Amino acid sequence: MTGVLTLYRTSVGKKVIMALTGFILVGFVAFHMYGNTKLYQGPEVFNAYAAGLRDLGHPVLGYEHLLWIARVVLLSSVVLHFWSAMALTGKSQKTTAANAVGTLKRYGVQKRQTGYAAYTMRYGGVLIFLFVIYHLLHLTFGAVGYNAEQYQHPALDLKNNTYIYNVYNNVVYGFKNPWVAGFYLVTMLFLGVHLFHGVWSMFQTLGLNSAKYTGLLRGLAILVAAAVTIGNLTFPLAVYFGFVQ
Amino acid sequence: MKLTLKVWRQKNSKAVGEFKTYQADHVSPDMSFLEMLDIVNQDLIMKGQEPIAFDHDCREGICGMCSLMINGVGHGPKTAITTCQLHMRSFSDGETVTIEPWRALPFPIIKDLVTDRSSFDRIIQAGGFISASTGAAPDGNSIPIAKPDAEQSMDAAACIGCGACVAACPNGSAMLFTAAKLAHLSFLPQGKIERHQRVLNMITVHDAEGFGNCTNMGECSAVCPKGISLDTIARLNRDLVMAALKGLEPTVGIPVEG
Ligand code: FES
Repeated sequence: MTGVLTLYRTSVGKKVIMALTGFILVGFVAFHMYGNTKLYQGPEVFNAYAAGLRDLGHPVLGYEHLLWIARVVLLSSVVLHFWSAMALTGKSQKTTAANAVGTLKRYGVQKRQTGYAAYTMRYGGVLIFLFVIYHLLHLTFGAVGYNAEQYQHPALDLKNNTYIYNVYNNVVYGFKNPWVAGFYLVTMLFLGVHLFHGVWSMFQTLGLNSAKYTGLLRGLAILVAAAVTIGNLTFPLAVYFGFVQ
Repeated sequence: MKLTLKVWRQKNSKAVGEFKTYQADHVSPDMSFLEMLDIVNQDLIMKGQEPIAFDHDCREGICGMCSLMINGVGHGPKTAITTCQLHMRSFSDGETVTIEPWRALPFPIIKDLVTDRSSFDRIIQAGGFISASTGAAPDGNSIPIAKPDAEQSMDAAACIGCGACVAACPNGSAMLFTAAKLAHLSFLPQGKIERHQRVLNMITVHDAEGFGNCTNMGECSAVCPKGISLDTIARLNRDLVMAALKGLEPTVGIPVEG
């Protein structure tokens, strides 16, 4: 085995895998946030958007083809991102635990010198991972978080042989529950912190950072993190406070 | 000044260590940190107790031996200096000062505050050289080197291999050390030729020695007594990607993990 396929062997190579898959996932969350803003244009537009996602790439690609490609790419990205993180973390923990003061503490006293965001990547990552599972069960499958009769599954439209989506309804009912809305809000804050470190870190890991660009890349990270977080925070809030009904 | 010291005492690499508290009552603000420890040790010797073992050599910030975690920060509270250059005026009267050794798997504690950092030497052995035969000393400027390149190479070469980067890194990674050694060579024409093979070899040994994995936190650069920048790590990463794209394989033997 040669070339890029050997990347997984070294620590830095695993980091490169994290960065590349992270890049794909950042692209997805940004697109996802932007798409969701159609919620504010009312049920017609929003439901049409959901249906339209199935037809992306039309007429070159068939119904749901691009969507399935995206799903496969995203799922593999998540798996690889998670796998590299686990492998890298496991080794680091072995390193720092070896001569530690106690089982929980490496040093008797240790003072943080740099930003807090980088310290939250692992907890944030796990939370986001659990959230994604919940999010799919919730809004995509309607399996959790709804009272009876609230969730509307896609209905088959026999005349045109397509499905009719009422995701607008599902979002509105979904966020009526304060616990669910709260969980979404908290996770989005962690996502913001994750992106703030992650977006900059991605460039550093790929070797595209330098003293000249680091300010610019930090700025980009703030921009992406803020846009995604603030955008996503507005959806549950808007529903919960009745701006979207 | 009077200080209370909480010092890590550990008989050898196998023994269980613990913090012991000592009183340092005659500390002058003009003393260096190591002089202060000398005085405390003198006291201990007079009392017939075992003095605190700590590493030091040049005491002028160039050898990298004096490696102490002081109040939770590598080389103490001042930025860009080594422990031996730290003066007691940086502390206040009556303060409690906690002193610990570097803590990481590849740095076994030999005694008290002294750690074995030969894992760094093995990383150097894997690539901290050029394999061209150099012959006699060449004439100055016979190989022109651009000023910015020379500067960046020298900045990286300032690394004294003290290990503070590993000690400060929450992941116990030696990425800053390795990156500095790589950048030092790869900015110069003599070192450029083997840069991709070199990065692969040094990282392979870095990993095999049991160092952890960088998550770009920047704690290393923050405590580095020579202010080595994170840029060097970005450069290392870039070179490793290039090595992978070129299909290079490591040419060093990996010590068997035990
Ligand atoms: S004793 Fe040499 S650097 Fe401090």
